[in-house]
Amino acid sequence: MRDRPLSVLWLQSGGCGGCTMSLLCAESPDLPTLLETAGIRLLWHPSLSEETGPEVTALFDRILAGDEPLDVLCVEGSLLRGPNGTGRFHVLAGTGRPTIDWVRELAAMAGQVVAVGTCAAYGGITAAGENITDACGLQYEGTRRGGALGGEFRSRSGLPVINVAGCPTHPNWVTETLMLLADDALAAADLDGHQRPRFYADHLVHHGCPRNEYYEYKASAEKPSDLGCLMEHMGCLGTQAHADCNTRLWNGEGSCTRGGYACINCTAPGFEEPGHPFLETPKFAGIPIGLPTDMPKAWFVALASLAKAATPERVRRNAAADRIVVPPSVRGTGKTSKG
Amino acid sequence: MTAEPSPPPTGQPGRRLIVGPFNRVEGDLEVRLEIGDGAVAAAYVNSPLFRGFERILEGRAPLDALVVAPRICGICSVSQSHAAALALAGAMGLEVPRNGLLATNLMTATENIADHLTHFHLFFMPDFARPAYAGRPWFERAEARFKAAQGTSVRRALAARTELFHILGLMGGKWPHSLTIQPGGVTRALDGRDRVRLLAIVGAFRRFLETSLFGAPLDAVLALETAEDLDRWRRAGPESDFRLFLEIADDLALSGLGRAYDRFLSHGAYPLPDGGHLYRRGTFADGREASYDPADVTEHHRFSRMAGQDRPHPPFSGSTVPDGADEEGYSWCKAPRLAGLPYETGAVARQLIDGHPLVRALVVADGANVLSRVVARLLEIARTARAMEGWLRNLDPAGPWCAQGQMPDRAQAVGLTEAARGALGHWLRVEQGRIAGYQIIAPTTWNFSPRDLDGVPGPLERALVGAPVRPEEVSPLSVQHILRSFDPCMVCTVH
Repeated sequence: MRDRPLSVLWLQSGGCGGCTMSLLCAESPDLPTLLETAGIRLLWHPSLSEETGPEVTALFDRILAGDEPLDVLCVEGSLLRGPNGTGRFHVLAGTGRPTIDWVRELAAMAGQVVAVGTCAAYGGITAAGENITDACGLQYEGTRRGGALGGEFRSRSGLPVINVAGCPTHPNWVTETLMLLADDALAAADLDGHQRPRFYADHLVHHGCPRNEYYEYKASAEKPSDLGCLMEHMGCLGTQAHADCNTRLWNGEGSCTRGGYACINCTAPGFEEPGHPFLETPKFAGIPIGLPTDMPKAWFVALASLAKAATPERVRRNAAADRIVVPPSVRGTGKTSKG
Repeated sequence: MTAEPSPPPTGQPGRRLIVGPFNRVEGDLEVRLEIGDGAVAAAYVNSPLFRGFERILEGRAPLDALVVAPRICGICSVSQSHAAALALAGAMGLEVPRNGLLATNLMTATENIADHLTHFHLFFMPDFARPAYAGRPWFERAEARFKAAQGTSVRRALAARTELFHILGLMGGKWPHSLTIQPGGVTRALDGRDRVRLLAIVGAFRRFLETSLFGAPLDAVLALETAEDLDRWRRAGPESDFRLFLEIADDLALSGLGRAYDRFLSHGAYPLPDGGHLYRRGTFADGREASYDPADVTEHHRFSRMAGQDRPHPPFSGSTVPDGADEEGYSWCKAPRLAGLPYETGAVARQLIDGHPLVRALVVADGANVLSRVVARLLEIARTARAMEGWLRNLDPAGPWCAQGQMPDRAQAVGLTEAARGALGHWLRVEQGRIAGYQIIAPTTWNFSPRDLDGVPGPLERALVGAPVRPEEVSPLSVQHILRSFDPCMVCTVH
């Protein structure tokens, strides 16, 4: 057991604040209860704390002087290096100093550094296009190591930056990461190849997707609101995306594919530039270019053509409708699915 | 109108304060204050974060805006999505089917109500639980209910907000950053079961409003029409968060704090299947209603760190070229003006323009101020929750949800919606099948704009003038109340 609560400082920079807004949706238990019962103390959080202005900068000063122990520094939003390396696209209000400088200095004092969201992890949407702000993640620029703290950075605990990637993050990816840290139960081996916690990144969005039967038969949605598999035409990357969205679920009973639209692989570095329109699947000779993770291409092509040929009428028709037009047949009633 | 507030009288020791980081707003914010005679003499509002979304959007496939635009903001994400979908629909010439329209309204309404709750309980009220107010007759109750992140009402509201967002889990897949709203409607058709489940969520939320926020049936809140009604509620109304706020506002004379220009703009919220909006589109200035024409909108860069400082920019030909070396600009925010003038936007503007009798009475008496902005927001929660029940009952599970269409190679269109904080517009220009121009004007761009080409301050800059400042204060409480009364969203402001 720790002898004092895990102290957490939360800073925001080049992002939208959506990971915090998502975090506030934590349930069973709600966020304040979870923090209290797990022994986590927020030293300061931009949306939740009372302190403003000089009260906040005084806290930063105490941390930097070593008078206030900082167990976890959470950073939300990408870090802005521009213009011309000055960091002045985000000067932290009231301080005259670029936020990226504050983050570098505070990270050196922190037991652990957590990137909350894909922006803080890899640069994310803020780094898209020509990236005029020179946005980057804490320890990555897209898939390359580097970023605001550099590829060699290790926090005082010895771990690299923990990348709780997602755009936005699921509330429980964040709370469970913090609880594991409070419990001293998150080691380097618990992070995947992009430094994401494996407890959610060792799953694929495809797992538990309610469109699985359509996927099996390659019965595909052709337009928004269709029920079919979103992979062939609608840009869905669920078979490649590392996250447990379809088994954990969002805001009650949600996930992207349950909401009727493609997974855009938002937990991955570089998701913001897929190289094609987000909601269209790029193809070569009629075959989607991106294959399901760990699937050999020849097998995918063979199985896909076989599955298409074997597609039941029910699945084929429902795939291109916005509601079930042919229900599964009920055995013993003499009713078949031939509608 | 004077271009610059007058400097502090000579002989008075003028003081200058730079206040920030301002928390309990969405995003980062800095305010420079010139103090004289115990009050703010001039204010300069700095939006210190620039990300460049308009540039990120340029050159992309037009429908990519559905992915990129919501990520401007984690708190107004669905509104950003809606504005993008409207602009794209305009370019594609699409008509959204009735179900798609009602489903979109349900999603934007959910976010707007949740944002009002987040503002009141998490952002605005905790300032009254600060030790500086110990000794006021209401302090102990305010502290018990609204202590930041701990108060009983804060916790109840967080729980109610979380359950309300189950609407966006079901309809939108998740919140924030859903792709459900499309130019032609929504990707998720609702069946009969979904409809009753959604009605249950709205019903539970209404129970929260009636037991915690208002302490009275919604009908009683909806029946508030005159300043006397509101006064009666303050003196003898049911015990509730609303009544406690009225008591605090009366004791601290919040109606005398934070008046800006009393010029208001609403894009109109929640389009209805038979035309028009649930909350009307228009303007209200100099005591008169008028129609709103987006062609009258320009953005000034005079005091923004942006190229093109010498002229107004109509959004369809607008540009976003940041100038990091500029010393005269003091904000990344541009200054939007309607027919050359600053306008305030938000719940108070929406309800005033829509003709809500109580909001009209409050604004006629004392203008928009800390009290009337907050009261308008709370009244709007009740009105919108009631409308959501009606939309759910009017869904037709057998009807279509999403229309299809093609994007032409060349088009331009504007998408106008209302986020919780007010008027949001996306000006889209498509050339050769790609986005050639994408200009965004968000509610807080209007409210927290810097000075314009004529040196006229933005609405918040005006509203802060005259705010009382005690000699020992370094983050004046009056300034915090005024600023938060606008419910600023700084990530939207500059984008």
